[in-house]
Amino acid sequence: MSMIEAAGVHVRFGDRVVLESVDLAVAEGEFHGVMGPNGAGKTTFFNVLTGRVKPDRGSIRLGGEDVTGLSPHRIAAKGIARSFQIMTLFDEFSARDNVMMGLPAFRARGLDMIRAAAGDRSLLDQASGALAAVGLADKADVRAKDLSYGDRRALEIAVALAQAPRVLCLDEPTSGLGSDGVQRLATLVAQLKGKLTIVAIEHDMEFLFSLADRISVIHWGQVVARGTPQELQRNEWVRRSNLGKFA
Amino acid sequence: MIVGSTTSSDAVRLVTPTMLLLWLVLATVPLWIARIGLYPYLGIEILIWALYALAFNLVLGTAGLPSFGHGAYFGIGAYAFGLCQFDIVANLWICLAAAALAAGVAGAIVALFISHRRGIYYAFMTIAFGQIFWTLSIKSHRVTGGEDGLLKIRRLPADFGVVSFDLTDNVAFYYFVLAVFAVGIVVLWRLVHSPYGRVIAAIKQSEVRAAHLGYNVWLYKASVFTLSAALSGFAGGLFAMAQLAAFPDVMSLHQSGYVVMMTLVGGGLVSFWGPVIGVLLFLTARDVIGAFTNAWMLYFGLLFMAIVLFRPEGIAGAIAAAMQQHSLNALRRRGSSAMRLLFGGGR
Ligand SMILES: Nc1ncnc2c1ncn2[C@@H]1O[C@H](COP(=O)(O)OP(=O)(O)OP(=O)(O)O)[C@@H](O)[C@H]1O
Ligand SMILES: [Mg+2]
Repeated sequence: MSMIEAAGVHVRFGDRVVLESVDLAVAEGEFHGVMGPNGAGKTTFFNVLTGRVKPDRGSIRLGGEDVTGLSPHRIAAKGIARSFQIMTLFDEFSARDNVMMGLPAFRARGLDMIRAAAGDRSLLDQASGALAAVGLADKADVRAKDLSYGDRRALEIAVALAQAPRVLCLDEPTSGLGSDGVQRLATLVAQLKGKLTIVAIEHDMEFLFSLADRISVIHWGQVVARGTPQELQRNEWVRRSNLGKFA
Repeated sequence: MIVGSTTSSDAVRLVTPTMLLLWLVLATVPLWIARIGLYPYLGIEILIWALYALAFNLVLGTAGLPSFGHGAYFGIGAYAFGLCQFDIVANLWICLAAAALAAGVAGAIVALFISHRRGIYYAFMTIAFGQIFWTLSIKSHRVTGGEDGLLKIRRLPADFGVVSFDLTDNVAFYYFVLAVFAVGIVVLWRLVHSPYGRVIAAIKQSEVRAAHLGYNVWLYKASVFTLSAALSGFAGGLFAMAQLAAFPDVMSLHQSGYVVMMTLVGGGLVSFWGPVIGVLLFLTARDVIGAFTNAWMLYFGLLFMAIVLFRPEGIAGAIAAAMQQHSLNALRRRGSSAMRLLFGGGR
């Protein structure tokens, strides 16, 4: 059974069709890459997976359970975490507090109006763990807005990890990163590989082709090619766009 | 601090040194206020409005939601307090609870309609609802007394079973309000630093992100508005006791604007204490400048503009910045003397 499965997803904005019968099935522990040109509908597809956009047709199943049309907070609570193409951290919060917000244990206490948010050692430890995993252990008290761009990207991943998700959706995680940053991220993702089901939209082909188990190419709102990096290298669309050279 | 860190030491405290100091100073007010040409009633007004502004700032400062019709809940609380003592039971605790409850219910109803909004639409809706409540208070003559107000409200005694305090005297009432204010401060401090308060502060920064982290943004926005309305109503109940009456004018758009102004001037956007500072300044300015000129609002308006232009984070923000600079300098001084100690001499 697939961990996450989209079937026949259709999305229209006004009279513009943005996604047209998109299917995707990602097995547990698979790293699935998504690529395609600007405006192809990749982010919109993530928005459907995470409940931000309700599809006009089609369904989303998470671990076999139908989650189509649920609101974002419901879907998040069921175990889909996402990072954003345009970063939206809680800028005024410290790195630790950003991560803390992602912890399911913190979320469960969200309506607690009395006890101190900082009173719980185990929450602080969990937050520290997620920060350490992305190499931000020594920047826990720095406000998100004062972090460097690369550190902010890393913090986004830490928050997603803190959610202990079943599926992690990354929207262009390398965008804006220098080669060092990409390398750092690749190392991190390589460590997560196999432990977590990951769907990653990415323009960096070297990154994607070296890490992904399978890749889907979306163009004009449709999946035009799908396969392992090796298979895709031979694909007509990928060749034509000269994207397969890294495989 | 509204958006400080969860790990600052004050955040876990029930009572902070700042609170103790403030309460101590406030407790001495009746001893000297007459000597500087003011009067205890001003102290009562300041405490009640400070509680109201703190409640309001849950919505404006903590949640970042622009509510410009908050006077409605303050006013509803005042009427509810009076109506409760006339028509239900003349018991202080029950009538204060009724004030909070009535305003909370009104707030909850409004929250149902506005909590999916934010920004300018949110602001407009709060104004519209505020105007509706204000109009109702003027038009429902038989219930509220219309423009004449609901008169002859009594200061009910504070009955603790074994002892009962008479609050008709302004000094006695001042100390009662101070005690309530102190409890209110503790409750709000805990609220702001609780997980709930942190979620609210997170939602202020990004609703989208909060939702994708699994928080029901609508529920949090609706609940914080309701809580704020209830607490504003509670303060309104105290205000009815202070004034011995309830009038529609506190519900007007005009007076709803006052609490916004007080909160912003004081620095409610950056500091827990901002609203208290703002209220203190506003009401004192009203009485002190007002003694010389009827145009005191003109001067306060100018101050408001100056702050918006030069110190948008308000007075509390300016104080915090100054203190930070001070401790930074101290650190530098200490740092360089440590250097000298270590390296014998220095640069
Ligand atoms: N909420 C919306 N309303 C209307 N149109 C939208 C909306 N969201 C996206 N679109 C349009 O849908 C199309 C697909 O956008 P999407 O963001 O999914 O592309 P993308 O593949 O992620 O592109 P990029 O690589 O630039 O991030 C674009 O033409 C975009 O303008
Ligand atoms: Mg995109």
